Formats: sequence, C-alpha cells, structure tokens
Amino acid sequence: MSLLSILGVISSAIFSGTSLLYTTLGETIDERAGIVNLGLEGVLLVSASAGFAVTSQTGNPYLGVLAATLAGGLMNLLFGFLVITRRANQLASGLAVMFFGFGLSALIGKPYVGARIDGLPRFILPGLSSIPMLNTPQFKFDMLIYLVVPIAILIWWLLFHTRWGLRLRAVGENANTAFAAGCSPQLIQYQALFFGGLLAGLGAAHLSIAWTMTWAEFMTAGRGFIAVALVIFSKWHPIRAIAGALLFGGAVAFQLLLQASGIAISPFLLDTLPYILTVLVLIAWGGTRKHAAPASLGRVYQGTE
Amino acid sequence: MSQNIDTPFRTSLLISTLWVVVRYLIIFLVAFVLFGVILLIAGKDPVLAIKDTFSSTLRSTYGFSEVIVKMIPLIFAAIAVALPSRVGLINVGGEGQLYMGAWLATWGALTFTPLPPWVLLPLMMLLGMIGGSLWAFIPAFLRARGLVNETITTLLMNYVAPSVVTFFIYGPWRSPGNALYPQTVDFVPAARLPTFWGTRVHLGLVIALVLLVWYWYVMTYTRWGLEIRAIGGNPQAACRNGIPLTTYIIVVMCLGGALAGLAGMSEISGLHGRLRPGFSPGFGYLGFLISWLSGGNPIGILVMSFVIALITSGGDILQINQGLPFAVVNILLAITLFVVLARPSFLKEKKA
Amino acid sequence: MVDNSLALSSIARESTVGAEPLIALRGVTKAFPNVLANDNVDLDIYAGEVHGLLGENGAGKSTLVKILYGFYQADSGQILLNGEPVSIRSPHDARDLRIGMLFQEFTLIPAFSVTENIALFLPDLKAVLDIKGIYHRINALSERYNLQVNPQAMVSQLSIGEQQKVEILKLLLSDARILILDEPTRVLAPHEVKALFRVLDSLRKDGYAIILITHKIKEVLECADRITVLRGGRVAGSLPRSKASEDKLVSLMFEKELSILQISQKSALDESVPPLLELRGVETRGEGAETSLKAIDLKIYPGEIVGVAGVSGNGQKELGDVVLGLVKCVRGTKFLFGQDYTNRSIQEVRKSGVSFVPENPLTMAAVPFMTVLENMALTDARRYARLGGLAMDWQAVKTDVEDTLEKLGYSFSLYVPARSLSGGNLQRMVIVREMSHNPHLIIASYLTRGLDVQSAIAARQALIRARESGAGVLLISEDLEELFTLSDRLIVLYGGKIVGTFKPEETNIYDVGHLMTGSEVQRVSKY
Repeated sequence: MSLLSILGVISSAIFSGTSLLYTTLGETIDERAGIVNLGLEGVLLVSASAGFAVTSQTGNPYLGVLAATLAGGLMNLLFGFLVITRRANQLASGLAVMFFGFGLSALIGKPYVGARIDGLPRFILPGLSSIPMLNTPQFKFDMLIYLVVPIAILIWWLLFHTRWGLRLRAVGENANTAFAAGCSPQLIQYQALFFGGLLAGLGAAHLSIAWTMTWAEFMTAGRGFIAVALVIFSKWHPIRAIAGALLFGGAVAFQLLLQASGIAISPFLLDTLPYILTVLVLIAWGGTRKHAAPASLGRVYQGTE
Repeated sequence: MSQNIDTPFRTSLLISTLWVVVRYLIIFLVAFVLFGVILLIAGKDPVLAIKDTFSSTLRSTYGFSEVIVKMIPLIFAAIAVALPSRVGLINVGGEGQLYMGAWLATWGALTFTPLPPWVLLPLMMLLGMIGGSLWAFIPAFLRARGLVNETITTLLMNYVAPSVVTFFIYGPWRSPGNALYPQTVDFVPAARLPTFWGTRVHLGLVIALVLLVWYWYVMTYTRWGLEIRAIGGNPQAACRNGIPLTTYIIVVMCLGGALAGLAGMSEISGLHGRLRPGFSPGFGYLGFLISWLSGGNPIGILVMSFVIALITSGGDILQINQGLPFAVVNILLAITLFVVLARPSFLKEKKA
Repeated sequence: MVDNSLALSSIARESTVGAEPLIALRGVTKAFPNVLANDNVDLDIYAGEVHGLLGENGAGKSTLVKILYGFYQADSGQILLNGEPVSIRSPHDARDLRIGMLFQEFTLIPAFSVTENIALFLPDLKAVLDIKGIYHRINALSERYNLQVNPQAMVSQLSIGEQQKVEILKLLLSDARILILDEPTRVLAPHEVKALFRVLDSLRKDGYAIILITHKIKEVLECADRITVLRGGRVAGSLPRSKASEDKLVSLMFEKELSILQISQKSALDESVPPLLELRGVETRGEGAETSLKAIDLKIYPGEIVGVAGVSGNGQKELGDVVLGLVKCVRGTKFLFGQDYTNRSIQEVRKSGVSFVPENPLTMAAVPFMTVLENMALTDARRYARLGGLAMDWQAVKTDVEDTLEKLGYSFSLYVPARSLSGGNLQRMVIVREMSHNPHLIIASYLTRGLDVQSAIAARQALIRARESGAGVLLISEDLEELFTLSDRLIVLYGGKIVGTFKPEETNIYDVGHLMTGSEVQRVSKY
C-alpha cells in the first residue's frame, strides 16, 4: 500500500465525509431542539437535485450551492410545519418527507441525469502547498471542505456559548421548563429546523456540485440515515461529529481501497459496512446513549402514537 | 362464542369502516389536486395522466389483474406494519425483512428442488417467515431491553439486507446465463406459486387475503388481540393488569417481520420465479404508508393497497407516456401522508 | 448586578413594626366542580417572616398558592400587594410582581450545569453568555444565604437537597422577593432539612417573605414565625409561633368532633394461619421525587383489613406497587400466601389471587378507548378465553360483571368507551373488576375517592364481605373516618417508613394525626 494510496484514502474520506458532516451538524441542531428528522434522506435529495439543476442551468456553482442550501431549509420547514404546528408523529412525518424527497428530486433532476457540470473549484490551501508530501492533486479540496470544520466549531460555540443555544438546548431537554423560563418552544424549534435544513442543504450541495458533480436518482444512498445515526454516535456534540464523519467517510473510502488492492471481498458486503458499523455502535453505546440524548428528543422514542 | 358478540361490536365495525371510506375519499381528493398542481408546474398534463392510468388499468381485465399483482406484496407489508402498531411499535424495517425472507426462501427453492410443490411451497413460506422474523428479532430484542430505539436500527438494517441479497445473487447463486442482468437461476416449477386465469395473479393473493382476515380476527375476537390492544391503548394499565409487555413486544415485532418476509417470498415465488437484485420498489415503506393511512383497519388496508397499487401503475404510465421518472409517484404518496398527518379538522377521526 | 439585600432589609425593618403585610389575600374563594377548595380565605404575609401554611391533603393549601402564583383565578376575593389590589392572571404576572414558587417537582434540566439552569431563568440574560459573570452572581448569593453549591456541577449529579438549593438560587436571581415553597422538606434528609431552615432564616433576615406549605407540624414549629392552618378549604386558625403547640395545631388540622364511628363486629383473628402477605425488611428505591420505602415489615392475615394512614406522598403508592410487583425490592423479601414472590412478575402476583384498585383509574387501570366490557376482561383474560385463546366469551364476562354490579348496587353502561365515563363511574368500574372472582388479597388505594356516599358505602361493604369470606385487604386511604371504621389494624406511613401500628380502638384521630405529620407519640402498640 503506497503512500499515494493512503493519501488517496484520506482524500476520499474527506470528500465523502464532508457532506455527511454538514448533514450531521444540521441534524445535531435539530435533535438538540428535540426533533428527529428521519426524512433527511429526502431533504438531501431535493437539495442535491435543486443545486445541481441550478448549477447546470446557470453555469454558476455558487448559485447552485445557494439554491441547494435554501432548498434544504425549505424542506425542513415543511417538516417543521407537520411536527411543530400540527404536532404530527415525528417518525411518520419524517418518512413522508423522505417519500416526498424521492419524488420531487426525481422530478427536478430528470432533465439533468447524466449531465456534467463544472463544480466548485478545487484548490490546495496556501499553507498546505508548502508541504511536499501533501502537494498532490488529491489534496485539492473545494471551499466547502475547508469551511466545514470552522462551521462545526461555530455551531459548537452557538450551542454552548450563546443565549439562543442555551434556550434551544433547553427546549430539547424539557419544553415545559423552557416555556416556564419564558421561551417559545415552537419558535425555537422552527429556527432550529431551518438552520439545520440550511446545513443539510450545504451537505447535499457538496455531494452533487463539489464532489461527484453528477446527478442520479437516490444518489445519497442512505446518507440521511447515517447522519441521524452519526448524531447519536457523536453524542449530539458538533466537534465529535467531525471524527464520526471522517470515520464513516473513511469506511466508504476503505471499501474503495480494498477493491483497488484486489482483496477479494465482495463490494456488496463492503457496502453494508457503514450501516453495520453504525448499528453496532448504537448497540454498544446503547446504555450510555440514553443519558446523553436530549431528554425530550422526539416523542418518537416513546414509540406510541 | 364469536356469535355471542354483542351488537355494539358489529355496529362499531360498520361505522368505523364507513367513516374510513369517507376519510379516504377526502384525503385522496386533496392529494390528487395538489399532485396535479405539481405536475402542471412541471409542464406535464395531470388529467391525461389520470386518463391513461385508468384506461390501462381498469379498462381491461389484464390491466386490472396487473394492479392486483402489484397489490399482493402491499397487503403483506401493510399488515407487517399494522400488527406491531397495535402494540405501539413502529416497524419501518419491512423492506429489510422482506429481503431476508426472500433470501431464505430462495435458499429453500434452490436447495430442495426435488420436493413436490405441496411440500416445497409451504416450506418456502415458512423459510420466508423465519427470515423476516429473525431480521426483526434483533431490533425487537434491543427495544424490549430498552437499549436502542427500534426505528433507527430497522432503518439502517434496511440498507444492509438488499446488499446481502445482491451478494448472494452475484456470488454463490448466480445464474450462468444473463451476464447483463445478474439473477439466480429460475426456480423449479414446484417452487412457483401457481397463477390464475392466464394472468400473473398468483396464490400469494389468497395467502394475503387469508392473513388479512386472520389479522382482523385475532385483533377483534381473540384474547391475544385484546391484550395487544390494551398494551397499545395504555401500556401502564396493561402492565398493572398483569399483561406481559416484553413478551408481546418481541413476539409481535417478530410476527411483523414474518409477514414482511412472506411478502418477499410471495414476490419471488409467485411473480418473478427467481431472485433479482432490487426486486422491491420500496414495498416495506409503502406498507408503512398504507398502514398509517388506514389506521390499521383491515378493510382500509385492502382498499388502500388497491389504491396504492393503482397509483404505482399510474407511475409506470407516467414514465412511459410522459417521460416522468417513476419515482414521481412518491410525491403523490407523500402528499397523501402529509394530508393525514396535518390532521385538518375536517378529518377528525376516532381511533379504532 | 442587582443587589436585592439592601432594598429588602429596609422593607423588613419597616414591616416588622406592625406595618402592612407585603401581600395579602382577602376573602379568596375558589370552587371546582366537585369541591370547594378555598372558602373565603384571608391570609397576611409580611416581609421578613416565614409563614407556615399547614393542612392535610385536600385542605386547600395547594389551590391557594396556585391562585397566588397565577395558575388559577379566584372566583371571588382580592389579592393585595402592599395594600394595592393586583390581578395575577398567569405565572408570568406573578413573576413580574416578584413572586416566586418552588414546586415539588423541580423544573431543573438534569443535563445542564447549575449555572446553565439558573442562566435560563435570568431575566437579563445577554445574547452571548457571560458564564463567569453568572458564576460570580451565584457565588455571591450562595455565600450570603448558605446555599453553597458547585456552579459547574451537572444537576443530575446533585443530591435532591442540592438541587433544591439551585431552585432557590434560581428564584433569588430572578428577583423574587416573595417565595412560596411547596412541601420543600418532603424529599429532604434530616440534615438537609436543617440546612434549609438555616437558609430560610438568612433570607428572612434580609426581608424576604416566605410561605412554607407543609403538613409536618414539628418543622413548622421550628422555623415559622406565624402559622395558618387550613382545613376543608377554610382557615381553621392563624397564630404566631409563640402561641402554637403540637396539640393545638393537630386539633386545628383535624376535626374536633367525630361522629360516632360504627366499628363493625370483627371476628377474632386467627394468627396460626400463615399470613396472606408478608413483607420483611422491604426497601425500595424511589426515582427523583418518589418516596423510597425503608424497613417495611408488614403482615396481613386472612380475614383482616389493614388500613394505611398517612398524608399522600409518604410512600403509599410505592407500598401498593411493591406488593403488586411493579416496583422491585432493593432489599428484603415479599411473601404471598406463604411463597416467596419477591421477584415474580405482576402476572404471577395477580394469578395467585391479588387484586389492585389503583389511585388513578384512568391512567393506571383502564384502557381509555376500549369499551367498559373489554376493560373488565383485562385482568384475567385467560379465564374468559375459549378455544385456547381464539375466542373470548363475552357473555360470561357480562354475566360476572352484572353479578358484581348487583351485589354492589352500581350501574353503568358496558358498551361505551371507558374514557367517556365520569371519574366516579370509572372508579366504580375498576372496583367491580377487581372485586370479581373472589380475590384473596385486595390492595385498595384511595378506594372511595371521587365516589358519592351511596357508592362509597357499597364499596366499603364489599370490602367487609371480602374480609368475611377470608380475604385480606390493604386499605390505603386519606379518609381517617373510613380507616377507623373499617380497619382491623391501622398502620401509619410517614417518609416511607411505618411509624405506628395500632388497633383502631386503641388510638384516636389525634395520635394518628401526630404520626402522619411527623411527631412522635408515646404510646405505640406491639403490633
């Protein structure tokens, strides 16, 4: 295994993990406010297709990123209307959003299937270019990748060092207590969902505009669900999510590496790796998870409706 | 004994059925209108789409039979969600469970080829149920132990099952011909559920309908149905009255898995005659949708399965005639679910 | 930084010299559908005093302070703040008037730190959190009032006593000057109670007005300046501590005259027969605000009714639940009908012949959407199952139910959903169900709560009949008259322990009242 291929794995992991990280960060905010969005898959698809379509039409990837981001915010607001205002079951609403996303993204993306675009430009960070080892094409990243860790840190700061974050977390722990303290849980949850949706949109934008630069139906391949699992895995903490996203991005990259090295494990079994890993982690962390989760996280967790 | 059931039970069944029908009509009306608007925005013709759908499905016997064929796995999948929902569980793992059921049934079909059909078919059914049931057992166990919530685990496992199946299809079970579209060898005739009247409608329909009646009977008349409904209605009271919650949770969840497994088995045995990768266009999720829309009511499940089958046939038409991707029907289905979830006041209902 | 202390001490110095009360209730009346909770209540609270509000359950204390805190509006009467009438329509209004309330259930977020919990409630919280600044404010106050607690600790790691300190700090920092404490010592250990009293003392000296709701006489004598006793919604008496004594307070809390109690003929108890229920050294661990049972030794023999007296919240629910099997014994053993049932399931307990009438029928015993008839079969569905469970013999259920209905003289429809029944009918439904099939041991928790006189008499007679046919009954009740009339033996629960065991004829309301409110009594019988 050469240095090149190791770098290749790391690079793939970073590319693959970035969209996952954005999505996870968005979902972390949502869940900290007490809402589980199982329809993330649909949100991502709509954002990805919208962003791709706009980029293809206008030739401007930045506009595409903007479109994808907004699309994510809007989809989450739709979800929010159901679960906050209409008090619908979060699980069923999430799945409805998922269906909706499947269909809407297919509709939006139909004219652009197989189209190629010029995605976000990639460049090496000026500081890194002086390190000869890293000065390879594989380490040319786009701006969304460079921004993701600072954004994660920003979100950490927002959640734990501002009044808005305190109130948001309070709503997720106990909406009644938050209400007694003078907050409006509904308003806060809408804000959280919108913000989270914007981030999910950014993640989707990275997927279709910056990394793969294509559009295909169902191209997110379950990333929405992995993100939800990643939120649990990172114990609802934005900084830990970075490690988690890298790990899972790495699992995908690792699979590619194994294939390239000619190790004879069926690609299909390798496909299951991220999901099985997630389930195992969930089981292993099952006991501690209960204490780490926001106490009022989705009445989904009571399972009755 | 069942004849001694007092009139109030029968009356309430009638009333709830009537009410359910009215609700559906309203829901679908609203959903169709909204969907039509979206189609218009996309530059397509919704009225034409509806016309085409009806003419190709309901005008001819064959067209109608094709709808029935699509309906079969939906009924299984719907009961697979409805039964656990009565005890308060949300089974979104139908997709994975049906793949594993199909997988195990395929193993049976490929291994026990010399057996006569009246042995092989029940065996395959059993294997299908076991496969789905085992896949459901893991999340059920974890949930009963209070370790992990079953929704996330089942959803993740939904992504694992199809890959496992695909692995087997590309690997040990690969058929030598068909290099382009990998699949297993054709099943022996003994492993095929018989079809009727020259259409593709197969025995799975009968099995599904029998199970639907079974579901209705169990929930309405048996002791287990009573205790299940008690748990779903007030788990604390059920617990205090001595009903064993953990046992029911695990058993009922596994039963749901078994039913989903049967969906898988009936598809590959009755319709396809072989195991192909990705043979399910989301039956598990559609089953969830149907169960939610019908509130677990058996007649509702029957009607809804038919309607959804009709809609998915429409999706095929849309794809062929108007160049829309099949996935677009998901929009209609989603809108339908949105309308139900938004609980507008004109749909105020009482739970069964 | 707001400095309350100086402003308030000046008020204090004024008001203790016979000035106006800081807050006063005049003629407050509040009625609910079934009960007159407050009947023309007058109450004066001065700055710089701890005012004890004493009374049994149902005396109206809780309703009164909820009116003061804006949860309810009084039907008639006035609230005066510094002599001016004010309108308090919501807790928000109350907080604006600087009234703060410490509830029995804490409104703390366990996953947050102390600082975060307090910050959440600060009226002047900045957009970017100034954690250090808030630390300092917390430390300043905790120094001053003996409320030491680590601001960085997570609330989930704090003891209940420390959590209570945080709640008080929250009130102080959100600028309250009238503090209402609802049964604050219920969840505290003795040394924590002492610490709380020190806190109240230091607050009092700084001019805060404190209303202390309790049913514990000893405590109120220790820390209150003045005491008001409520009974049956009315003010039974209001006196300064110097004039109060245990006996005086007990006589105010419980009625002076009791109608002649019809103590029914009781057959001699045969103690050679093994007891139906035996609890040996049973301990349970309550979560959060639940009471833990300690060192419970209890025997119930066939043919006897054991009454459990006590103010609700002292372990009654846990006692019933531990017998049923819902709550696990952390220590000790439980024997039913001579066999060890310590770790058996609820199903097994019920199968052996134990019936349970819980305190809240709608949430604990009935399935709301199912019909009454269906609910009737829930405790013993197997009995009515035919064909191995494939069918249910509803006719048999109906027959049994109608039988019991006739015996009790109750009547309600069998075919309506349970949730449409009135509270009283729901209770009757549960009684009918639990009394069918001749149970050997009946746990009755607040059996006649919500019932009219007729139905209550019928229920009690059913218990007596059960006793006569050899069953045993554990009767938990807050109706002392009922307990005295029916019980063969009476035990008193206080703080999760059995503090007294008597035969009704050996004791009286006052002694029991003393035990219920935490005082000790010289005479304790051998049982």
